[in-house]
Amino acid sequence: MTNALETKDVTKTYKIDNGVIHAVDGVSLGVKAGEFVALVGPSGSGKTTMLAMLAALLRPTSGGIFIDGHDLTTMDEGARAKFRREKIGFTFQANNLVPYLTAQENVELMLRLNDKLDRKGKDRAKELLDRLGLGERLKNLPSQLSGGQQQRVAIARALIHNPSLVLADEPTASLDTERAFQVVETFANLIHEQNRAGIMVTHDLRLTQYVDRVIQMRDGQVDSIVDNHAEIEERVVKHADDHHLEGLKVLPMIKPQPVMG
Amino acid sequence: MAVYLSLKELWRGRGRFLLISMVIALITLLVLFVAGLAEGLGSGNIEYLSKIDADVIVYQENSQLSIGASRIDRSKLGDLTRLDGVQAVGPLAFSSATIVLPDGQKPLDVSLIGVEPGKPGEVPVREGQSFDSRRANEAVIDRNTALRTNLKVGDTVTLKAVQGTQEEFYPLTVVGISDGQQYSLRPSVFVPDLTWDKVRPRSGPLSNDITYNVVAVKLDDPARTKELVQAIPQNVARVEAADLVTAYKKTPGYTEQQATLETQRIFTLIIGVLVVGGFFQIQMLQKVPQIGMLKAIGARNRTVAGAVILQVTLVTMIGVGIGTALTLLLAANFPVSVPIVFRANSTAIAIVSLLLIGPLGGLVSVRYSLRIEPLKALGLGG
Repeated sequence: MTNALETKDVTKTYKIDNGVIHAVDGVSLGVKAGEFVALVGPSGSGKTTMLAMLAALLRPTSGGIFIDGHDLTTMDEGARAKFRREKIGFTFQANNLVPYLTAQENVELMLRLNDKLDRKGKDRAKELLDRLGLGERLKNLPSQLSGGQQQRVAIARALIHNPSLVLADEPTASLDTERAFQVVETFANLIHEQNRAGIMVTHDLRLTQYVDRVIQMRDGQVDSIVDNHAEIEERVVKHADDHHLEGLKVLPMIKPQPVMG
Repeated sequence: MAVYLSLKELWRGRGRFLLISMVIALITLLVLFVAGLAEGLGSGNIEYLSKIDADVIVYQENSQLSIGASRIDRSKLGDLTRLDGVQAVGPLAFSSATIVLPDGQKPLDVSLIGVEPGKPGEVPVREGQSFDSRRANEAVIDRNTALRTNLKVGDTVTLKAVQGTQEEFYPLTVVGISDGQQYSLRPSVFVPDLTWDKVRPRSGPLSNDITYNVVAVKLDDPARTKELVQAIPQNVARVEAADLVTAYKKTPGYTEQQATLETQRIFTLIIGVLVVGGFFQIQMLQKVPQIGMLKAIGARNRTVAGAVILQVTLVTMIGVGIGTALTLLLAANFPVSVPIVFRANSTAIAIVSLLLIGPLGGLVSVRYSLRIEPLKALGLGG
């Protein structure tokens, strides 16, 4: 089976006064359709920069990024925006939703951006929101929804247009533990069901129990990969609370985030 | 897409947007009133001169085109008539008088203008007829005088004038009513020139010869105005001449007054641009994360910018609409004495310039919206 997402030796460097910072340094990885991957690592490990490049929001300094065989690095800005609205689904840490659109309108927005909103699409948006437990909240504005509900609306929006790749940036950052678990579990189920390639950036290792693979980044490089459930459970999730993760060498470390621009 | 986003946002934030529309409405009210005032005061000053059926006004030499300072006697009329290209000449005499009204009504100050019957300077009457002779005890009142005194054709108007040290009262028959012909910010009463000389305020006894202020000259061919303005002082002793537009622009205070009002109008428009620009820019700053997100999920730049432009334009149009309606409503209830006049031309110019303040003020935020990077959605990027 071919990878829905593939990166080859992706590097992102930033020039600073006295040298160069390698935010991402030679990362090669592949994610298949129907696979949900967690990108973890301490602050400054390069996971968000990596996500930005996978999302066609940031150009790598070198290397190739292929989604469904299309090379993102050769596209101009217009083509990248088109690619984002057609092939990629997003959820963000915050400011996920358009505040003046209802839950349903926010989900439909993705179809509208692609000029593909029809009766069927509207029905699918309703079904998806219903599935996410928001059937009664279709007409609510984001300000009338809780953080968890908003995050679930964002998940519906990320999936409604059948993207090849679904990206989630710290989807549970503003949620309490119980809700965070619920949200990520639903997300994982939908990604598996709908056969999408999913990547979640998170610093909360407990959430990795719902993924198929954990990619640990450190200093801009892939540090380790754990790819079976038992091992994830044993080596990652169990030790999430005490930060004592020798096997993965996840050490809480403070490192200044490079200045982007 | 841009239409969808901007309309949704306008509707769901209608309270906020209505507020800025109301600010624009008040700016509209102010600008339209200033424009109306400029028109009204301007016309109050020069309405008679601007409507006069003549091409050139002839003044006494060195009077600096001031009607009040200029004195011309009858002997000049013949000289002027004999000039090539002159069709007719009409002497004009200006002074002021007071109309005494019955039943304790407040007396009305008017411009008393003496004209020669049948000559340039005489005003066309809308109701009734013009004067019988140069000596007739008759008056033609303008529309403003009629409105403010309720005088009708056939009524007697009593003019009061101080002559020497005496207050003299002259009853004249109103034979006609003209359209608006204000002069020197007063409604006008027209009388035949010899009657004017008799009833006008003066310090001494009646002299033998009537002295006019200026002469209105009608040409055979108005295209020769410029030529005649130069020829007249060369061929007639001790006079100077000006075309009609120069003449009324030289009316004391007219240019200064119009410049002051124009400055006010421009400043109000600039304030409008800044207020609208400020509002949308502040709103834009608040929307940075949201717009970053929209771009990240693939919204086109032109969608985002288009939504901003449409919003600014709609908010401005609604504001200008409300403001114009308010202005018309208020103006309809003004007494005639308030010198506010709305003419299609100047009102249209004011409305068009008001409609431009929104998009102009919004330009900064449109530009800003284009520069927001989608990376903002991930908390990255400048």
